[in-house]
Amino acid sequence: MSSTLSACGAVLRRDLTLVWRRRGDAANPLLFALMVVALFPFALGPESAQLQRIAPGVVFVAVLLAGLLALDTLFRGDYEDGSLEQLVLSPHPLPLLLACKIAVHWLTTALPLILISPLLGEMLHITPEARWLLPLGLLLATPLLSLIGAVCVALTVGMHRAGMLLALLVLPLYVPALIFGAGACMAAQAGLPYLAPLLWLSAALVLALVLAPLACAAALRISLA
Amino acid sequence: MPIPDSLERPPLLEARGLAFSRNDEPIFGPVDFALHEGEVVLVEGDNGAGKTTLLRILSGLLAPTEGEIRLRGAPLTLRDLSPQVSLLSHQAGLKLDLTPIENLRFAAGLHGARAGMSPTTALAGVNLSGYADEPVRHLSAGQRKRVALARVLMAPVALWLLDEPYANLDRDGIELVNRLLENHANRGGAALITSHGAYAYTSGTPRRIRLHARSGEPA
Repeated sequence: MSSTLSACGAVLRRDLTLVWRRRGDAANPLLFALMVVALFPFALGPESAQLQRIAPGVVFVAVLLAGLLALDTLFRGDYEDGSLEQLVLSPHPLPLLLACKIAVHWLTTALPLILISPLLGEMLHITPEARWLLPLGLLLATPLLSLIGAVCVALTVGMHRAGMLLALLVLPLYVPALIFGAGACMAAQAGLPYLAPLLWLSAALVLALVLAPLACAAALRISLA
Repeated sequence: MPIPDSLERPPLLEARGLAFSRNDEPIFGPVDFALHEGEVVLVEGDNGAGKTTLLRILSGLLAPTEGEIRLRGAPLTLRDLSPQVSLLSHQAGLKLDLTPIENLRFAAGLHGARAGMSPTTALAGVNLSGYADEPVRHLSAGQRKRVALARVLMAPVALWLLDEPYANLDRDGIELVNRLLENHANRGGAALITSHGAYAYTSGTPRRIRLHARSGEPA
């Protein structure tokens, strides 16, 4: 009887290996966000005051949409090749195994975006105060997006061509994270206090960390039945 | 209530009045059967008779509409079931981008491995040693089936639920499955296998459960 820890390790190792084998696909969200942000100065003109005002919002929306692009792949492959059945049938707690899968998904889709977010902000002439707040805001917001998204993916994975439905389900739930995350950076740019929205984000993240894997497990069992 | 050793041991798996309907449309049942240790039972039925559904219910993926399943005499709960059962379903549960060894290593992490069994020995057990480092994507359907069988072989469980284990296999493969089943039964394991009748378990005459489309009658 192997321990739950080694089962989690096996999930992490396998999913990371899979991402590495298909690293071309893994770069898609990064390129997408980069392109969206790069296009704004062309569309709006290079006037730095105008770009600066919208910079945090644009970066947050670009990251959010890039995440949405990669969201459907979270359980789709495992559902189609039967790995998900094996995961559900393992003797270990399913929420924990799913939390590992979500963690890998976040590490490989959101973390690269967070790392280049200062650059994305710079492309839009973001102010220095907001530039360092951008990665922090994303560090709190993107795991929340991954967790909420995972529950919605788990609900829709049993359907064919669930892409549109998934977007409809997920976007309203993403809005609060967007408001607080982008709002904090906007406030920092305007020289206003920005701690409160970040604390709200943190609270929501803690709640999602505890509840989302459980909801995910329940939703997947329904999708498999 | 503990049962004294002198009395007959309860069957490994027992189904009483098991039936399943999807959207009020009966799929199979009710069926009654018992599966004892050391026994291989063949579930027969035409396409759509509910063989796969029966296996999914017995593995705990689906809840039966009616009836009761008992595991070693106790009512079934998912927590008791999952360490005891290994399911081979139509989708092999293999990652095409990984090699057979990597796939089996993942399975060993998830389900554990039988004493004296490792991904390497399990792969040798299904005669695929030469393909350990080849991505599963490059393997044929029959070879993928063998990798999936290696996973079942490696799992430290008493009960095998094999859905069409003979599909896609050549003559050697069919003999291999029969040999694996025989060894498993000899060490006290039990197996429930489905077949639509084209291939069959050839060693001895296994007990059969017959499922009929719509209303099934146990034979």
